[in-house]
Amino acid sequence: MIPAAFDYHRPDTIDAAVGLLAEHGEEARVVAGGHSLIPMMKLRMAYLSHLVDLRDVQEMQGITVDGDTVTLGAMVTQHELITSDALASVAPILREASLQIADPQVRYMGTIGGNVANGDPGNDIPGLMQALDAKFVLAGPEGRRTVDARGFYEAAYMTAREDEEILTHIRFRSVAGMGYAYEKQKRKIGDYATAAAAVLVAKDGDTISEARIAMTNLSDTPIFSEGAGAALVGTSGDGAAVAAAIAAMQADIDPAEDNRGPVEFKRHVAGVMLSRAINSALSRA
Amino acid sequence: MTKTHVSLTVNGEKKDVLVDPRELLIHTLREQMDITGPHIGCETSHCGACTVDLDGKSVKSCTMFTVQAEGADVTTIEGLGSPDGLHVLQEAFKENHGLQCGYCTPGMITRAHRLLQENPNPTEEEVRFGMAGNLCRCTGYQNIVKSVLAAASEMNSAKEAAE
Repeated sequence: MIPAAFDYHRPDTIDAAVGLLAEHGEEARVVAGGHSLIPMMKLRMAYLSHLVDLRDVQEMQGITVDGDTVTLGAMVTQHELITSDALASVAPILREASLQIADPQVRYMGTIGGNVANGDPGNDIPGLMQALDAKFVLAGPEGRRTVDARGFYEAAYMTAREDEEILTHIRFRSVAGMGYAYEKQKRKIGDYATAAAAVLVAKDGDTISEARIAMTNLSDTPIFSEGAGAALVGTSGDGAAVAAAIAAMQADIDPAEDNRGPVEFKRHVAGVMLSRAINSALSRA
Repeated sequence: MTKTHVSLTVNGEKKDVLVDPRELLIHTLREQMDITGPHIGCETSHCGACTVDLDGKSVKSCTMFTVQAEGADVTTIEGLGSPDGLHVLQEAFKENHGLQCGYCTPGMITRAHRLLQENPNPTEEEVRFGMAGNLCRCTGYQNIVKSVLAAASEMNSAKEAAE
């Protein structure tokens, strides 16, 4: 499978990359790890005449923890998310989730920027970013702007990012001390989730003081379920509270039947994943 | 769509090639350099038969353009051992029946090499998790896992003996 021909660009600054997108318009696409885009190019489902490779853009590399603020360059790979001890101490949920993405070879190449910017409902990191209340930094011809992860996703592959913008950085506050879990059901290694749940909880004594819940691949966008979180707050996280959280989550998701199963099955698995994730997160809070 | 010069190191040798930007690394290795150890299996980044080591990462060379490998240091199965001097992993796969048809073996061994660099003493579960990007349709994986564990143990004994 050989993709259609294109011109290759390898800028070394964000401004140069944005300039190339502005110059070539819809004909240009950026590539980070390439493990979503290159397969689509080979299948001739992605058309482009100019490929803008971001691998030399140093500004988009690296994991920075500055006090309470965590900044991830968009080119940080899933392998780096897994192996960074600095990140594990402020947001261990990222390691737990990244280990469940694809396979080792893909994780060496796949980037966090690609995972969150692509807008594929199957990607694992977007829901996680909504639980973390992350902000995405977008660079475009007009300068830079910041968009909340919770407001970024509009529909499958449709996001708040404009065509000539590049998602360059991700920022969020440390969640050190919060209980966390990412539970994912998939048919086999490398598969997208049939259903997955990201949970962050904080406790005050035996009472849950804060709970943030997001679901993956159960709608055409990730779903941040405020109702599910609210159902846990003020409780001890007992069976009745978990059942209430699952009921609230069920009202927010809208799964579609596909080769991972019918709607009823997906709703069932979503409930199981959320229940497991809440219990696992509580055991770590 | 101009052809582009790419310089990279493959198995310790400097190589200069002229490629179309759309040429995949696996095609450059196999067709321009006659390095046919990495195989084209699924060509959809699932099977891992095309795995090479690139700057210390296991990479599926069917999902990377050669132009992206400018300046890279690439190792294929040919760079690990030779018919006269098998790599410890190759010897272990031979001894433990870690292959039947052999199609997946270069990718398996190239991946296992990186896995053991990162984790010289893996558990069976860690081997299975670390080899999850490579598919084998013959062996049922039992003997592949056994081979990797045997190679790890062999490499660790050799290291201890040297110290």
